[in-house]
Amino acid sequence: MNAVLEQVFQVGFLAAIIRIATPLAFATLGEMFSERAGVLNLGIEGIMLLSAMTGFTTASLTGSLWLGILAAIITGALMGALHAVLTVALGLSQHVCGIGVTLFGSGLAYFFYRLVFGQQSVPPSIEGFKPVPIPILSDIPVIGPPIFNQFTLVYLAILAIPISAFLLYRTPWGLSLRMVGENPRAADSAGVSVIGMRFQAVMLGGALMGVAGAFLTMAQFNAFTFGVISGRGWVAIALVVFGRWDPWRSAGAALLFAFVDALQLRLQAAGLGHIPYEIFLMLPFVLTIVAMALMSRNAVAPSALLKPFRREER
Amino acid sequence: MSPDVPLIEMRGISKSFGAVKANQAVDLVVGRGEILGLLGENGAGKTTLMNILFGAYQPDAGEIFIEGKPTVINSSADALAAGIGMVHQHFHLAGRMSVLENLLIGIPGKNGRLDRAGALVKLAEIADRYGLKLDPDVAVSSLSIGEQQRLEIVKALYRGAKLLILDEPTAVLAPGEVEGLFAALRAMTQQGLGIIFISHKLNEVRALTHRCTVLRHGRVAGRVDRPAETATAEMARLMCGHEIVPPAKGPSVPGSAVLQLERVSTDGPGMPLRDVSLSVREGEIVGIAGVSGNGQRALADVVSGMLRPNAGQIEIGGKAVSRFTPREVQALGLGRIPEDRMTTGLVTNLPLADSMVLPRVGTEAFSRKGLLKPGAIIAFAEEQIKAYDIRCPGPMIRAGALSGGNLQKALLARELAFDPKVLIAAQPTRGLDIGAARFVHEKFLALRERRCGILVISEDLEELLTLSDRIAVMYEGRIAGMLDAADATVARLGMLMSGAEGNA
Amino acid sequence: MLRLEPRQRTPGWFNLALPFAAIIATLVLCSGLIKMAGASVFQAYGVMLDASFGDTYAVTETLVRATPMIFTGLAVAVAFRAKFWNIGAEGQLLAGAMAGCWVGTFPMAGPLAMLLMAIVGAVAGAAVALIPALLRVKLKVDDVVSSLLLNSIVFYILMALIETVWKDPLSGYPISPPIEDAANLPVLLAGTRLHLGVLVALIAAPVVWFVIARTTLGFKIRVTGENPEAARYGGIGVERIIVLAAILSGALAGLAGVAEVGGVHFQVMSDISPGYGYSGIVIAMLARLNPLGVVPAAIFLAAVMTGAEAMSRATGVPPFLSDVIQGMALLAMLVALLFTAYRIRRRGGAS
Repeated sequence: MNAVLEQVFQVGFLAAIIRIATPLAFATLGEMFSERAGVLNLGIEGIMLLSAMTGFTTASLTGSLWLGILAAIITGALMGALHAVLTVALGLSQHVCGIGVTLFGSGLAYFFYRLVFGQQSVPPSIEGFKPVPIPILSDIPVIGPPIFNQFTLVYLAILAIPISAFLLYRTPWGLSLRMVGENPRAADSAGVSVIGMRFQAVMLGGALMGVAGAFLTMAQFNAFTFGVISGRGWVAIALVVFGRWDPWRSAGAALLFAFVDALQLRLQAAGLGHIPYEIFLMLPFVLTIVAMALMSRNAVAPSALLKPFRREER
Repeated sequence: MSPDVPLIEMRGISKSFGAVKANQAVDLVVGRGEILGLLGENGAGKTTLMNILFGAYQPDAGEIFIEGKPTVINSSADALAAGIGMVHQHFHLAGRMSVLENLLIGIPGKNGRLDRAGALVKLAEIADRYGLKLDPDVAVSSLSIGEQQRLEIVKALYRGAKLLILDEPTAVLAPGEVEGLFAALRAMTQQGLGIIFISHKLNEVRALTHRCTVLRHGRVAGRVDRPAETATAEMARLMCGHEIVPPAKGPSVPGSAVLQLERVSTDGPGMPLRDVSLSVREGEIVGIAGVSGNGQRALADVVSGMLRPNAGQIEIGGKAVSRFTPREVQALGLGRIPEDRMTTGLVTNLPLADSMVLPRVGTEAFSRKGLLKPGAIIAFAEEQIKAYDIRCPGPMIRAGALSGGNLQKALLARELAFDPKVLIAAQPTRGLDIGAARFVHEKFLALRERRCGILVISEDLEELLTLSDRIAVMYEGRIAGMLDAADATVARLGMLMSGAEGNA
Repeated sequence: MLRLEPRQRTPGWFNLALPFAAIIATLVLCSGLIKMAGASVFQAYGVMLDASFGDTYAVTETLVRATPMIFTGLAVAVAFRAKFWNIGAEGQLLAGAMAGCWVGTFPMAGPLAMLLMAIVGAVAGAAVALIPALLRVKLKVDDVVSSLLLNSIVFYILMALIETVWKDPLSGYPISPPIEDAANLPVLLAGTRLHLGVLVALIAAPVVWFVIARTTLGFKIRVTGENPEAARYGGIGVERIIVLAAILSGALAGLAGVAEVGGVHFQVMSDISPGYGYSGIVIAMLARLNPLGVVPAAIFLAAVMTGAEAMSRATGVPPFLSDVIQGMALLAMLVALLFTAYRIRRRGGAS
């Protein structure tokens, strides 16, 4: 047993957690912005997949990783805009539109990936992002290397948390966004454009989901596969509930989930041979449902979540 | 700017919604330091006119002048920029957010950040000038209704409103709170603000306003220059187009109790019941008065089986029903007219016939062994449509396509068709025009003749005084008092409603 | 400026025309993708049509592919009628397939085996659907997320089983042992794969329609979905109805899995469903949640899937065009639905 524990908690463990948490944090923050404005975005899984594809393809064709990230951001924002047109401008069911956006986005991702790269036995890969150590900080023992010798995107994810909290709680923009999700009529009568704010929130959310997808194909795996997202988007939706629609708690939830995920990877590697590895893959999903059941009493979704807003109704 | 140019002038405003002409060639003028009463029955077009002034709707025709300048108001943002503030009947507040956050919504910050310090200074100033004090950091949901209304007024003042529109502001207040509101409004006129006060309560309009414009069926029915000196009857005639004659009511001959509550207490929703004892007898109408949110909802829910009491006894026709489900209570002969027709009464997206059989779809009349009898359902609906003169193309029309009055008739038909022993009706005439309201009242009185016991929950004291044999007043989940119709006056009821008089 | 104005009534032909309008819009929009892939639009769609409806065999293949999607489409339609957001038909299908397959491996008389497979498969599907329903009713857990996550969980359970204890000892591949020959659903037309399950699916649609339209349970499901508050006031046990709708929905999705095991694959493998559960959502929406409409909608998607593979072989357009069409058809249908409740009007009046 001790050998197993050693294997699990070896030096790279903390680094692995942070690496797994990064795309989840981006995706969770993205979903949180959207839901805080009153729009559930079930398109997240498809948006992440499509952005993962466009980011990877752009980087592969241009040789520039940051152009790839830009492409992923634009893809995410555009897909967010599509979801917003359907759910905000037209007021259609957020549930079903989200599923539609996911199916549509996934279809596009498969289609264009095959169009660009053709059918290959070995999937093409790129030189992904390299860790960038931060001087001095990365020399701190124990926590230095895992936290301060990471991809630039990891640092950006860490920065995104306080920035999100600041935007949401300390700026008029954030107040408008939250009000639009709590009581759109109040925002409207105070001269805030409900439609405009929701578009901004869903598009910003989409852009963040795009970065999350691109992280997987450009930093974590350096290749695109059809199963590259494998439910991470759905998990992000659950993490928003678990994080009670707050940036800090949501990021915390992502970290917690990443811990479980990293643990299952280690346990797999530790060769608990008689247990099928799928059980470990399943574990985070089971725990997410259990966590949602436990949290449900305290969960307070934005009041206007799922409710379309139409002004001239009589 | 010459002082005789009015603050706001609306000229020839018309607005239609489909076939409904909500406003037709309406003129309206408000001067500085003036309180204008905007009077009219429900559906007369007051709210539409004010929504046009506040930019929510665009008029089909007509112009708006602000301090003499023609102004197009395309949105609430335009209205706010032009110095118009509005306090809606249903507050536009987010309960989970703080007073300060609700106040600052839509206001540009300082260097991109919310300007908390500046807001506190300004808030203190407003509190000083008009006596409108608020704690900035509490959640709005913890405020009383009166305080929430105060916040709405402060929101308008904070934005530099020159004209304040108040849509039925006293409907949610206890009589005692009304005086405080009036004092604040008078203080505002001292500072040169103009106020439009929308109401259909004549005594309030006479007490507060300087001039009145009366709307009827979307048109200006008349103007009153000195409301305080004008007879209530004269203003009522302008509003309704005819004298109001209450329906004839026979003498009360109550029998034994059909509904009895013994020291009933509940949990929520909203205000819970505390130790409520009440009885309704055969052939009797008992009114429940009270400011909304004082336990009326829980009372209706607990009687109809929607809510379990956690103490006390409820009996219907002598049978203990505290643990009964809604269906079991219905089977004993309880009918219910819910408060909100659209959300709790009918299913707007399904055919009208479905809504009309909803509570009894499982009975022999409409189904057999789990299979529906579509013929019987449609026949029943058609029969009731005829009997109650429900105006609609047929029983298969979407229920949501009917007007409010016709929906209420449909609900009445569905509950009365099975000869209830007890009927609970909450706000049975809210939002109905005079004709429809009268129809409802006549049906209740006819039901009383047929020995049904009726419990009417209403915020409309006139309605209660017209119908009831006895009136109970609810305050904070308790019965604050029970009056015989003969002893009940608006003043007496008002005292009880504000909790000023505790004895029964 | 355009704005939406509520309609009082919609003409009858309109309701029928909507799905067709949505499908035509989708095909027109997707023709851009075909062009991008450097193929002729007419040729591509022509090959698709030919491969899915060109001869008797093609038609039977399309029907065989439509069968699981008729079941999942019905499953989603029933659930969505009650506003139980069952996104988990995929997992329920897999559960039904595993349970049905397990029963089918026991030797017994053919008809009995088929009946037991159907019952046990339906029960398994219903059991999976029951989890999000109970979580929602008892603990107010969002049914969308929980039913979605369950898809992954059931999938991993399936994988774990066929890679370990339930691995086919003969082939050694990660697939389950095959069901008994006697348990194979009989073929209805010699020389094709048209199996008994196809017939059952075609009968299931009017049966489900009858339940929704003509029984008190169906009435309660409809009312609960449209307005739970009014249902509660009308004496309907809303929680109970949601659970019943979930059971019915899950059972139908489970039957989809049984049909695939009994009629097509005869064993369980990792790719037994290429997302039929998700397609069920598209189908249910195209059918406007009407069980009778599910059949043509499922046949349309089946034709797209069958046709896309042939089209890819003939023109080099990636076969994933069928996925794009599915997603876009759903979105187009949603937009089309808007026009049943609203019409577009130019914002008129004073300027």
